[in-house]
Amino acid sequence: MTAAVSQHDPKASAALAGHRENDTAAPLMEIRNLYKRFSLSGDFLEQLKFKGGKLVREQEHVHAINGIDIDIRRGEALCVVGESGCGKSTVARTVMGLLSPSQGEIHYDGQRVDHLSAKELLPYRRRMQMIFQNPYASLNPRMTIQQTLEEPIRLHHPDWSKERVRDQVRDVMDSVGIDPDWGSRFGHEFSGGQRQRIAIARALAVDPEFIVADEPISALDVSIQAQVLNLMMEAQQKRNLTYLFITHDLAVVEHFGTRVAVMYLGMVCEIAPTGTLFAKPRHPYTQALLSAIPRLEDDRPQHIRLQGEVPTPVNLPSGCVFHGRCPHANERCRQEVPALIDVEDGARVACHGVEEGRL
Amino acid sequence: MALLEVNNLDVRFALRGGDVRALRDVCFSLDRGERLGIVGESGAGKSVAAFSLLNLIAKPGYIAGGSITFDGEELSGMKDRGLRRIRGNRISMIFQDPMMTLNPVLSIGEQMVECLKAHRRISTREARAISLHKLNQVQIPSPETRLDQYPHELSGGMRQRVIIAIALLLDPDIIIADEPTTALDVTIQAEIMDLLLELCEKHNVGLVLITHDLGVVSQVTQRMLVMYAGRVIEQGPTREIINDPQHPYTQGLINALPQMATPGSRLNQIPGSMPSLSNLPSGCAFHPRCGFVNDANGEPRKACLDKVPGFVDSGNCRVACHMVAELVNQQQRDSREEIL
Repeated sequence: MTAAVSQHDPKASAALAGHRENDTAAPLMEIRNLYKRFSLSGDFLEQLKFKGGKLVREQEHVHAINGIDIDIRRGEALCVVGESGCGKSTVARTVMGLLSPSQGEIHYDGQRVDHLSAKELLPYRRRMQMIFQNPYASLNPRMTIQQTLEEPIRLHHPDWSKERVRDQVRDVMDSVGIDPDWGSRFGHEFSGGQRQRIAIARALAVDPEFIVADEPISALDVSIQAQVLNLMMEAQQKRNLTYLFITHDLAVVEHFGTRVAVMYLGMVCEIAPTGTLFAKPRHPYTQALLSAIPRLEDDRPQHIRLQGEVPTPVNLPSGCVFHGRCPHANERCRQEVPALIDVEDGARVACHGVEEGRL
Repeated sequence: MALLEVNNLDVRFALRGGDVRALRDVCFSLDRGERLGIVGESGAGKSVAAFSLLNLIAKPGYIAGGSITFDGEELSGMKDRGLRRIRGNRISMIFQDPMMTLNPVLSIGEQMVECLKAHRRISTREARAISLHKLNQVQIPSPETRLDQYPHELSGGMRQRVIIAIALLLDPDIIIADEPTTALDVTIQAEIMDLLLELCEKHNVGLVLITHDLGVVSQVTQRMLVMYAGRVIEQGPTREIINDPQHPYTQGLINALPQMATPGSRLNQIPGSMPSLSNLPSGCAFHPRCGFVNDANGEPRKACLDKVPGFVDSGNCRVACHMVAELVNQQQRDSREEIL
């Protein structure tokens, strides 16, 4: 409750952020200098080309993540926002170990996990779970709900008795508001909101401490979104969960997030406590993003119009990735990549303009 | 008389288990240059309402009753030949997914010229000139080169601009936009909505905007309809509905938005989910989810369970709800007593 109140009051939220900065507890998840590239050029033979009478090997890459550093603290809900193609889902998948990073390290609870084998990773997999965007695709249509929910428990607790597994399934179904007697039904017999509850139940079934949720409510209707968000907040309080929440919906972030990381073309351009970010966005991209939220209050708001469109992540722009669309870009922005610098209120911004005090 | 008038529109889908009534008793009107929003969750019937205006519902769907009058002409039951004069010409449509609506094997220019030549007897050169002019209007950079490009060469936002240009090509009276920005990012959505709004105002084009996003409706439209399970449950001036919704469902929808709650607090959710159209609850379709179904004595109102609510006027809005009807009657009685 204190967090909720203080987010409304910028001063209190600054104090809270400062308090958190002093918090000596190690973060649950550390992402260090992470890069992820996807090859566009196919296999080795497809990469070979004749050029000027010589056989050369050419490779093209999509630069999905370009050096991000994020700490996720225990008990917080860190939201990652950005537009499509900014690499936010890739971050989620890399953190979960579903993709291996091209460069950089991921530490979970002080242990480096990105280079572990599947077997070594198994104990961590129990502690970190994932919720996907589309509950129509993420539930196996040929398994009953009971089977779907039992599967992860059996995998992680092979020594549990049948009764114990069944009890755990009943408990977890109960906690997400799905009648435990519906276990023999299949996924298609449920509505979208109920399916997403089942997907959440599957994540909670093994008592994780860290949950990565990739756009968990984007596919749902407004009235159902509220139900699922409430459920996720309830679970966070009861089970002391830590969330990495990927979304493009800024209104949800404002409500749900403890801190927010704004991504653009595979880089973090601003990371700040939620209250600070919404009260005082500093990066020009964050400002444009916030001004574009369709709000109920104003009749005709003034959007900050950005020039052009997001460049392709295949050929990254030099310097600051945002310079081509930024109204404040200068020569330095075109050449030098800005680093995240600390500003007041616990916010960190990657912008030369902010650093120089121009903005 | 309004430019477009829809009265008691009834649309059904003939399925094996019997007819499913996708729309019932839908009434609304649109004046020249007016902007109307249709809001609802998926399955509420908002897209069916839009498609049925131009009789674009595919079989097994059919218009079972009601009338659609456009500029004095009756559209429901009109033969395809007659409708073709109107479709794309006087009433044009913008669909949700810009990748699906553009033909991938024709260049942008070919698609625009094709559309112009279908309705007007003009040369290809003239048609190209008009197309270029329209692309300029939607602020596409270097429009001459775009004419010879194919849809896949454009980004999502750019494609939606092309679609808007095509919708404006024949200077229509009304544009029907079905979730025009849902597939786009927030910043692009804001740009496209601004553009659409600007063009509609400039050319005095009416707009029927179908969306699930209350924020967009509140910024763009003057009047709005809220739909639930195939019926309109509330309609009136947008600002009044957003600021002071009367129907419990509209209230629930607005209060469920994260921006209406204190950050971190519990959101006001509507319990349950929208019923399937083939299996509607008796009486008011919203009553199983409604928080106001009980009367002053704590008993469920009999009317809510048995009788489909009709419209009552509440201020400038029309609301289909027994609870609101009771309140309005009470107020009228009170004011009458005051006068006496």
